[in-house]
Formats: sequence, C-alpha cells, structure tokens
Amino acid sequence: MQRDQTFDELAGRCGEWLKGTGPESDIVISSRIRLARNLADFPFIRRCSDEDRLSIERTIRARLDKIPELNEVRYIDVEELSEVDRQFLVERQLISRELADSDGARGVAIDPNEQFSVMVNEEDHLRIQVMHSGLDLENAWQQINRLDDLIESAITYAYHPKYGYLTACPTNVGTGLRVSVMMHLPALVITRQIDKVFRSLQKISVTVRGLYGEGSQYTGDFYQVSNQITLGKTEVELMQQVSEVVPLLIDYERRARQFLVEQSEKDLHDDVSRALGILCTAKKISSEETMHYLSKVRMGVNLGLIDEVAVNIINKLFIHTQPAHLQKLRGKLLGSSDRNIERANYLHQHLSDPGKRESDLN
Amino acid sequence: MKCQYCEKPATFHITELIGPDGPQVMHLCEEHARTFLAKESTSPSASIAGALAKQLKLTGKPSAETEQKECPVCGISFFEFRNTGRLGCPYDYTHFDTELEPLLVNIHDAAEHKGKHPRRAAVSADSQARLIQLRREMEEAIEREDYERASEIRDRIRELEETGNR
Repeated sequence: MQRDQTFDELAGRCGEWLKGTGPESDIVISSRIRLARNLADFPFIRRCSDEDRLSIERTIRARLDKIPELNEVRYIDVEELSEVDRQFLVERQLISRELADSDGARGVAIDPNEQFSVMVNEEDHLRIQVMHSGLDLENAWQQINRLDDLIESAITYAYHPKYGYLTACPTNVGTGLRVSVMMHLPALVITRQIDKVFRSLQKISVTVRGLYGEGSQYTGDFYQVSNQITLGKTEVELMQQVSEVVPLLIDYERRARQFLVEQSEKDLHDDVSRALGILCTAKKISSEETMHYLSKVRMGVNLGLIDEVAVNIINKLFIHTQPAHLQKLRGKLLGSSDRNIERANYLHQHLSDPGKRESDLN
Repeated sequence: MKCQYCEKPATFHITELIGPDGPQVMHLCEEHARTFLAKESTSPSASIAGALAKQLKLTGKPSAETEQKECPVCGISFFEFRNTGRLGCPYDYTHFDTELEPLLVNIHDAAEHKGKHPRRAAVSADSQARLIQLRREMEEAIEREDYERASEIRDRIRELEETGNR
C-alpha cells in the first residue's frame, strides 16, 4: 500500500463523483454504494478503548497490505491530518464528516482513481465505498462485492446467521448496504414539485439526503436518493428499489425542465444568464451562494441556453470552490472572508474566458 | 420575493423535509439562510437516524429489569443502547435478541438477513466474543494495577488470537 500524505495533485483533479461522465450524467451525478462491516473480535467503535481502536486500525492496515489486488491503494492516517486536509477529503466524498470530526486512531484507504475508499474506525470498523460517475449502480455493485470478498478473505467479519452482517447501529444491520444515487434536480426545485416527489419516495422505503449525507442540507440542488432499510432483502433487491425510482426522477426533472423552457424560456434564460453574470463578476462570494448559482448555470448549459461555458468546467467549479479545495488550490490557509474574495477571483478566472481556461482545469 | 425574516430579497429557497408540519419551503436572504443552515447542520435530523430515534421512542420505556440488562461481553446496558442508538459489540445481537427483534422488525419490516454471507467457514462466534471480553478484563486488571492477572489474561488472549482461524 502507498503511504504519502500530500493531496496537492488530487486537488487539481475533479475526482470521480463530479467527473460528469457516464449514463444520464446531465442529471445523475454519481452512483455510490457502501458496505458497513465490523471485525468479529472487537467491540463496536463507541465501546472501544484507545488501545482497541489502535489494534483495529493496525490489524486492518496489515491485512489490507497483504491483498495483492490492493497494491495501488494509498492509506491515509486521518488522525494525523490537518483540519483542512480532513475537510478536503470530506469535500471529495472520500471520507464522511463523522470520520473527519471524530477522535482517535482512524484512517482511510483510497484507490488512485478515487473510485473506492475504505474508511477505518468510522461508526463501524470498516466502511467500504465505491463511487462511479453517472448512473452505474450495476458496475458499482460488482466492484464493491468483489472488494468485500477480497477483504473478507483476510478479515473475520462479525456475522450472525439470522441478522447477517452486524453493525453498531441497528439501521444498518443485515446487508450493511447503502446505495446512494446523487442527482441534480434544479427544475423540480424551481417548479416546487420536489416535496411531492420526496413524500412519495418515503412511502416506498427510499430516502433523500443532502449533498454530504445524513443531516446535510440540499446544497446546489444536489440530492442523494438511498435505500432506507438494509435487512430482509438481498443486496440486488435493495439496489433495485433505488434504481427503479431513478429513471422516474430523471423523467420528472426532464419534464420540469421542458415545462420551464416552454412556459417562459426568456425568464429561464434570463435567470441562468444572470447567475453566470454574478459568478463571473462578483468580488466576494460565499460557497453556498456559489453552489446556488452554479446549479442554475449547470442546468442552463445542459439545456443549451448557455454555450459559453462547458459543463465539465461547471462540475469542477462545484468542488474547487469549496473551502478546503480553494485553500489547497491557492496553496495557503484562508479565513472565511478571505476565502470569499479568493473564491470570486477563482470563479472570474475560470469563467470569464472559459475556452482559454479549459486546459488549465484539466 | 422578500426574505421571510427581513426586508432583503430572498436568494435561498430551502425545503425543510422533516419539519413538525411536514415539508415546508423557506425563503431566506443570504444572511438568514446562513444562520438557518448553521443551526441545521448541528441538529440531529435526517430520515435514517430519525427513524431509529422514533422507533426507540415508540417502543416505549422497557421495564427497569430490561433497562439494567447488561451484555456480559462488552458491558453495555440496554438503557445505554436506548440512549445512544448504538450497540456495544457483535454479541449484543445475541444477548439482547428478545429486545432487539421487535425493533428490527419496526425499522426494516423484516427480521432475517437475505443477502450475501461470508464465504469462509465461520469462526466460532463464542471465541470471538470471548476475545472482546478478555481484552476488557485485561484493561480492568491494569486499571486496578493487578498486573499479574493482566499478564495472565494477555497470554490467554494471544492463545485465542493464534488459534482463531484466520
């Protein structure tokens, strides 16, 4: 396993989840699956002593090291990272906020393509996740299933014949599987249909969360659609629950966009152009406001109303303008108001002459 | 449109899904949106964690006897589990089986795993649980400075770890 701690080369790249490729990628941003697993011979994390946590981390690291297929994977000791580096990994969706904010021995193994990561000592001893661009659950499942088998060949998981894979929280027990499809649904927000859609989803055990998971807000009109239950159905059945509603949501969003175009193309065109104008010319701008306008511009580009900027640039700006990324890209720590100024500069640089700037971002 | 708390224009339109009266749209200026979001991110909400909290409440307060029931392996009481929503060790699923099953049925609408299972022959769950227990006993021995007992336990742990089919 690789072991270095610099993220500078990662910062310039986009990561898997906002690459903006793959099927239906104008609306479906990414398909993510995670499995919660625990070692059989240790207490769950909240009940662990410091020594337990250390032994768990050491055990898992040593075992992962022995798996030849995981040779390229890089292990990061999250405990040793600075605040901004932890935040950086959260923004890239490689670790959870919970792992970033907790204490004690913990880490994450990340593959070079950022398609999978294995969090160590989060709420469970192991949180394996695979993320693919666009709507690609089937392949994501195959990859994570293989990965789980590989890790299981080296580690004895806590498993119960009746309850399946045992987890610290009973809401994850059984398969330990959470499928999350990240969708960009600005038109459903504008037409105020989003609540209705969510209410109907909740009735069929599908849940909706914000960009950064449980408890986070619905920033930039990004929504994660996930399975609610984990026990009593096979992994494939749980995945199907989610993958059956995604095409419906895509269809609703497309129809809402069409409706907006037909109803008031001028207004919509005006709205998205103004959003682009603000992003290009603002002198200081918060990250929430940036997300808000980027979301409009993204829809404008996807609808062909804006052609002076490429969608891959917008996708990158979503992540590059977040606090930790901005500081990494600028190579210095910045306070919140300095960040707002730098963010405005950064947006201006990359949006005012996008044709020329495209190569810079790649 | 104006912010619902002041005269500034509303630039943020936030949909609150888990409000007391169902979904609700908030129209806020940037400043009020920031206050709202900051408050929001620290409050426990969200559907999955929320579902558990609701179930724990719905199942009512168990008898004092149940509340005090303790797992012999990790030492967590059922009361502690109810308070935190997190279990202490894998053995809890066996020890608190009677109490957990109805809860699992409420959450998942099922009580039996149907998905994949580990391919390797399962190691005895008893010896795994015994390891958790011994490590805890060793720490307790160290705490009361009974180093002789601690070293005995450590030897026993090593023995078990080595025989543990890995």
